[in-house]
Amino acid sequence: MTEAMANSLRQGPDENGKFGMFGGRFVAETLMPLILDLEKSYRAAQNDPEFLAEMEDLRTHFAGRPSPLYFAERMTDELGGAKVYFKREDLNHTGSHKLNNCLGQILLAKRMGKTRIIAETGAGQHGVATATVCARFGLPCTIFMGATDVERQMPNVLRMKMLGAEVRPVTAGAGTLKDAMNEALRDWVTNVDSTYYLIGTAAGPHPYPEMVRDFQKVIGEEIRVQILEAEGRLPDAVVACIGGGSNAIGTFHDFLDDPDVEIFGAEAGGHGVDVENGHAASMTGGRPGVLHGNRTYLLQDADGQIIEGHSISAGLDYPGVGPEHSFLRDSGRVTYVPVTDKEALDAFMACTKFEGIIPALESAHGLAHVMKLAPQMDKDKIIVLCLSGRGDKDVESVGKHLGMAL
Amino acid sequence: MAVTRIDRRFEKTRAENRPAFVSFVMAGDPDETTADAILAGLPAAGADVIELGMPFSDPMADGVAIQLAGQRALKSGMTLAKTLAMVERFRKIDDETPIVLMGYYNPIYIFGVDAFLAEAARIGVDGLIVVDLPAEEDDELCLPALKAGLNFIRLTTPTTDDARLETVLGNSSGFVYYVSMTGITGAEIKNRAAVGEAVNRIKSHTSLPVAVGFGIKTAEDAQLIGRDADGVVVGSALVTAVEQSLDAGRSTPKTAEAVHNLVRTLSQGARAARS
Ligand SMILES: Cc1ncc(COP(=O)(O)O)c(C=O)c1O
Repeated sequence: MTEAMANSLRQGPDENGKFGMFGGRFVAETLMPLILDLEKSYRAAQNDPEFLAEMEDLRTHFAGRPSPLYFAERMTDELGGAKVYFKREDLNHTGSHKLNNCLGQILLAKRMGKTRIIAETGAGQHGVATATVCARFGLPCTIFMGATDVERQMPNVLRMKMLGAEVRPVTAGAGTLKDAMNEALRDWVTNVDSTYYLIGTAAGPHPYPEMVRDFQKVIGEEIRVQILEAEGRLPDAVVACIGGGSNAIGTFHDFLDDPDVEIFGAEAGGHGVDVENGHAASMTGGRPGVLHGNRTYLLQDADGQIIEGHSISAGLDYPGVGPEHSFLRDSGRVTYVPVTDKEALDAFMACTKFEGIIPALESAHGLAHVMKLAPQMDKDKIIVLCLSGRGDKDVESVGKHLGMAL
Repeated sequence: MAVTRIDRRFEKTRAENRPAFVSFVMAGDPDETTADAILAGLPAAGADVIELGMPFSDPMADGVAIQLAGQRALKSGMTLAKTLAMVERFRKIDDETPIVLMGYYNPIYIFGVDAFLAEAARIGVDGLIVVDLPAEEDDELCLPALKAGLNFIRLTTPTTDDARLETVLGNSSGFVYYVSMTGITGAEIKNRAAVGEAVNRIKSHTSLPVAVGFGIKTAEDAQLIGRDADGVVVGSALVTAVEQSLDAGRSTPKTAEAVHNLVRTLSQGARAARS
């Protein structure tokens, strides 16, 4: 190994699926042969020119990539500091970055001869992206969604149903993303032969965190090319919101070994990180534990029971985070900051009014941090935000929060 | 490792040419006092081995019945420390019946592996079943547990093929737990004949006793499965008996009795397996 590689932060995970102490394969024995098989299939696909070519073709013609890098001029003027760019994942087909991962995994599922797809979803964006690729490839799918989230993301539930998916509301626990994931795992354990579990974020047992990151890292790779073209240099900071961490790791990964690029992840601060069970900022307010197949930062009580967490945003309302983020947090390379519901709502409205872009509430968390950073930076500095999705799904609930009348 | 209560108990049931009856109940369900009474009466009702569930907020491998049992326990204030204290009280009245703690890794990880194992060994826990620790993660708890003198009981499933079975059996001790189906606790066994075949396949790879669990609900099930298996495990049916005995979520004078009556019936089924 060369010294540069030895010092690289981009080498993980190791052969056991660990990023430092995080990650791993903490699953029931029933699933163990499946995830070993998945890893083998992924390794074969990863280097297969045919797989890569099919993926490239779908990215270009189905998803509409590369997504634009957009200079947010009025936002920049308003903030009065660094130049702000948006990476427009909201313009990706289905309206968020989630499709990037689904395209990769559906091709893999097909290669593995699976005949049924299951997925969990919070905001419904991953559910919609999954239902979309299942329609495109003619596979039946079942989407597990917390009953609370079914309520607050109704437009996406309708989209999934129209695309032919079965949406199963999960009433266990608080009826949010964590409970949907438990239920998806229970289904998978039951239907091991036929079913492929298409996990929607860079979490879960190895190889999912690595695989989802690999399918999402196109975001950062495109940013590099596009910003070099626009500005002739790399950005001073990149920012993304963190649910399970897939858009964020996709944005960050290409820049991890560029020490001059500062990296920020915006966690869901909910009502504030000091409010007990009032936020979903697992890296600010949690500690390492084991859930859903991996060791990572988790919101939990003194007895190791997982706490539900809260966020205004259904896509960030998860008590854990992908293991690579836990590793990057402890290594100090990435700075993770909490953003409150209120700050996210303000950013949502600012983006809508100043740029004519209605962002997803998830993405608005990232923007809220940009709105704190930019004014403190000189005008010749550059920030890139991953605008992970569009906010059509959120207009009803934001309208309610803001007391807007029809 | 040294001989444990589990080893001795399976030797005894083997000598009596019958399967061991293994009963699963949830620690602290529906409350600590009632759970103590349930636990205390299990051996007399016919339980040869006791699996005591450690409640967890996110039991990914469990069906609704055991999910609800865990929720009742947590709601009543159960913790891992209190689960250990329950075992300590039980050991004052029974020093023979093996106790296996069953659950998920996170509460143990947060308690601290070393502290947990020291306390478990001290108070007379005999074995551990931790659903989300496959052989690939043996360094976490399995190897330290063996060092502490506790059996680490591994689940094998219909997806565990012969090649993998060697890996799974590698650090197993006490007994091998065969999961009768691909599924969660409380589901139905679809193919009983296949279970017998699988048990005999596993037996050809190990001299450890093989107990079968998941989906055994009636005395007839226990009798049938107990023909080939060295142990039959019942869990969901017992915690459902707890649930049905409750009045507005609270225990009644009938709660412990309901569980014990069911254990009596089921264990008689198991005892009749080979006669
Ligand atoms: C638009 C959008 N951004 C971000 C997220 C959070 O997920 P992740 O952290 O995996 O990117 C979601 C999840 O639903 C989403 O819909």
